[in-house]
Amino acid sequence: MELYQLTASELAQMLRNKECSSEEITKSVLNRIKETEDRVGSYVTITEETALEQAKVVDARLAAGEALSPLAGIPISVKDNICTKGIRTTCSSKMLSNFEPPYNATVIEKLSAQEAVIIGKLNMDEFAMGSSCETSYFKKTRNPHSLDHVPGGSSGGSAAAVAAGETILSLGSDTGGSIRLPASYCGVIGLKPTYGSVSRYGLVAFASSLDQIGPFARSVEDISMLYSAICGMDPLDATTARREYPDFQKDLSNADLKGLRIGIPKEYFSDGVSTEVKEKVLAAAKLLEENGAVLKEVSLPSTGYALSAYYVISSAEASSNLARFDGVKYGYRTENYSNLIEMYENTRSEGFGDEVKRRILLGTFVLSSGYYDAYYKRAKLLQKQIQQEFADTFEECDLLLTPTGTDTAFKMGEKTDDPLKMYANDICTVTVNIAGLPAISLPCGEDASGLPIGMQLIAPKFAEQILFNVSRKYETLVGGLNKVAVL
Amino acid sequence: MDYEIVIGLEVHAELSTESKIYCSCKNEFGFEVNTRCCPICTGMPGTLPTLNEKVIEYAVKMGLALHCDINQICKQDRKNYYYPDLPKAYQISQFDIPLCEKGYVDVLVNGKEKRIGVTRIHIEEDAGKLLHNDNFAGSLVDFNRCGVPLIEIVSEPDMRSAQEAKVYLETIRSILQYLDISDCKMQEGSIRCDVNVSVMPKGSDVFGTRCEMKNINSFSGAVRAIEFEANRQIQILKEGGTITQETRRWDDSKGKSFTLRTKEDAHDYRYFPEPDLLTIVLDDSYINTVREQIPELPNVKISRYLREFGLSQVDASLLVEDPEKAKLFEDTTAKKQCSPKSVCNWILGDISKQMNEKMLPLSEINISAESLSELLALIESGKISNATGKTVFEEMLVSDKMPSIIVKEKGFIQISDEGQLETIVQDVLKNNQKSVEDYHNGKTNALGFLVGQCMKATKGQGNPAKMKEILLKLIG
Repeated sequence: MELYQLTASELAQMLRNKECSSEEITKSVLNRIKETEDRVGSYVTITEETALEQAKVVDARLAAGEALSPLAGIPISVKDNICTKGIRTTCSSKMLSNFEPPYNATVIEKLSAQEAVIIGKLNMDEFAMGSSCETSYFKKTRNPHSLDHVPGGSSGGSAAAVAAGETILSLGSDTGGSIRLPASYCGVIGLKPTYGSVSRYGLVAFASSLDQIGPFARSVEDISMLYSAICGMDPLDATTARREYPDFQKDLSNADLKGLRIGIPKEYFSDGVSTEVKEKVLAAAKLLEENGAVLKEVSLPSTGYALSAYYVISSAEASSNLARFDGVKYGYRTENYSNLIEMYENTRSEGFGDEVKRRILLGTFVLSSGYYDAYYKRAKLLQKQIQQEFADTFEECDLLLTPTGTDTAFKMGEKTDDPLKMYANDICTVTVNIAGLPAISLPCGEDASGLPIGMQLIAPKFAEQILFNVSRKYETLVGGLNKVAVL
Repeated sequence: MDYEIVIGLEVHAELSTESKIYCSCKNEFGFEVNTRCCPICTGMPGTLPTLNEKVIEYAVKMGLALHCDINQICKQDRKNYYYPDLPKAYQISQFDIPLCEKGYVDVLVNGKEKRIGVTRIHIEEDAGKLLHNDNFAGSLVDFNRCGVPLIEIVSEPDMRSAQEAKVYLETIRSILQYLDISDCKMQEGSIRCDVNVSVMPKGSDVFGTRCEMKNINSFSGAVRAIEFEANRQIQILKEGGTITQETRRWDDSKGKSFTLRTKEDAHDYRYFPEPDLLTIVLDDSYINTVREQIPELPNVKISRYLREFGLSQVDASLLVEDPEKAKLFEDTTAKKQCSPKSVCNWILGDISKQMNEKMLPLSEINISAESLSELLALIESGKISNATGKTVFEEMLVSDKMPSIIVKEKGFIQISDEGQLETIVQDVLKNNQKSVEDYHNGKTNALGFLVGQCMKATKGQGNPAKMKEILLKLIG
């Protein structure tokens, strides 16, 4: 067993028992990257030097007998749309290929305060727009379980790195499923936290009202540890909630499923979902039922409209959020211009990829005068209705269980020419963002070709503890979820 | 045909909060370029705005002062457009639900009160500034002003002359000053206005097509711009043409306006609710607390000065126009050592003259309610003459000494002793026989000459009224 194959909580224990050093852990991960990265392609930037320096600092503190934070000395990698001071943050776009932020995102400040070891910045779909990690300007990340398949997106690098053992933990961001879908495709755990529980300060915005940073890991305890480290009110993000968060790890082992009401929303098991996925997800539900949970079929009738509402709202916000990339202050600027308008037009034409341009055009259209009421306003009304349906459903159940994706990972290039087919991958995940809810994706088996299948648990706002408890119980029942891909 | 001018104004006032509207950068004018900015106000990727609550307080204050309804639940919106001085490529402003709306302000035009409707007041952020340098072909951007809080005060099209517009602007400025929420320094751009002008045949109640004029940076410039624009439109109509709705740029140095963009080229700002900020919710007790902080406002003050102190409308308006002058007037009068009328005359006379000559605000003129009150008491009690008073005043400005001390040190006490004065007058008569004869021959102005000679003989310290009395008695 290599160190990179272990979980953060196991490694944290070993560090404290002096069974290994942070430097050894970090080197194990960096060596794994050297072995597998040319095949997986998770990283845009690897910060080997500063990672080893940080590891040595932690080792020195350990040697001096000082107390350590839970994540001290543990390798963590970060999606490349989360700002890291002095380390280029590209959003996997030509537009920001040379951008070094002058500040750290709040989550990075929190990880630094815990002395976590930051290994590097992870590949993604350009500006987090995509479901396959194929729209990156730099490279296409591959699914570690089958290299000719996509890892899912947009946080494809974050999921692939954890699945490949190229890091222990990672951060991604989820606007419509960008954490959960790749987690599902890569057979790891991914949490999309409640909107407002993790600061977005320093996350390069895609759709501000839907974006949320969240953790990837290979064990439920690790997910809860990393979530504990990053959640909380931030004076720099007005949309973070003023509230106290419980000690998520304390009650983790005592989870009891008895009487837990799990809703199975029928709209999430429609014909669009593959038979294999349905079977495995329902089998997982059955396992929970056998251990005391009560399954209930429920209905969320507006689910079918959610995808349209999602693409209207997210594109509208994106068209405004991405307007700042105009070549004036930072990032890419065209060399081909003779006046201001030309500078704007050529910079943006050359700096953005097709998918980003598609969303900017769509978003600009739906906000235009004369169309606003027909699109944006109606999408916002639909959002209210979806929120209400969830609220009503949570009156009769404690959480919901659904598939994460409609199918397992698809082949690279299979959907790149059909945006609508690509967008349909998000059908099970977007409702959660629209309603601002927390949801976790857990591996629940494999298809006939050995590709991972994911199930999604959805809870009421700020009920992450229920997600962790039930996930932990499931993890125990199936004998653990930590599985590093063989490469 | 005679035409009537219809004017509506949009006033932008920078608020004098300590920090900017969405970050903690200092809100200061006049510093080296790009030294009052941070990742947030320069729109770095990933940064987020957080609202400075002082901005709400200041804007609500203005709203209450202008009798507006306060929208206790309101939001902020993004106004999307590209310009290099706008680093996010959108301005956070308010679109369909402004913080304040449906108000009014009463202004005095040639002594007559006129009510001007206030459509709305909303909060927004200022943009940066473009700079041009001879050594550099392109433009440079100074982000110091990015995120400086602004309120935009939009009037109804209720004004009918450039003069009314000017008085409205002066009234708005004066209220901002009384509320102490804006520096109102036109030359620093802390108060700016856009003007909407249309014309219609006299007696009509259907407004003509309006044109908006931007880039106006003084009140007198606004007057010139309105007059120019109204004449331009009237000329077009008289020649049988039609007015095109457009935005025009006023060039004050040329005294002309130029087409900036027509209605067809108008921006689609694609407003939508700012998702990074929460809904603004203000409860009744908050509004009441703000209301309690509002001081007596200029028009109420003017009426009170008329009633309480018997001042003229003109004098009261001039005093009230400058909150510092009004304060000095009230503080001095409160000491009850001299008449309000003379306090008013001195502030509007000698003191204002000093301010104008030195181009200084009253706060930087070396005069206080204590010193002014003492000076005027000395004059009114006859201890010094008015002429000596002016000399003492000059001395006060440079010496920090109280007037009584100056009078004592310089020996300025007025001679009112009749015996002493009579001796002096006798001497003057003896030495000016010719003038005495002239007087007796009916040349009455000879008397003035003799009084002047008496004053000279007393080095200005003789009580002029008493001397004249003695003179008349002795001359027979």
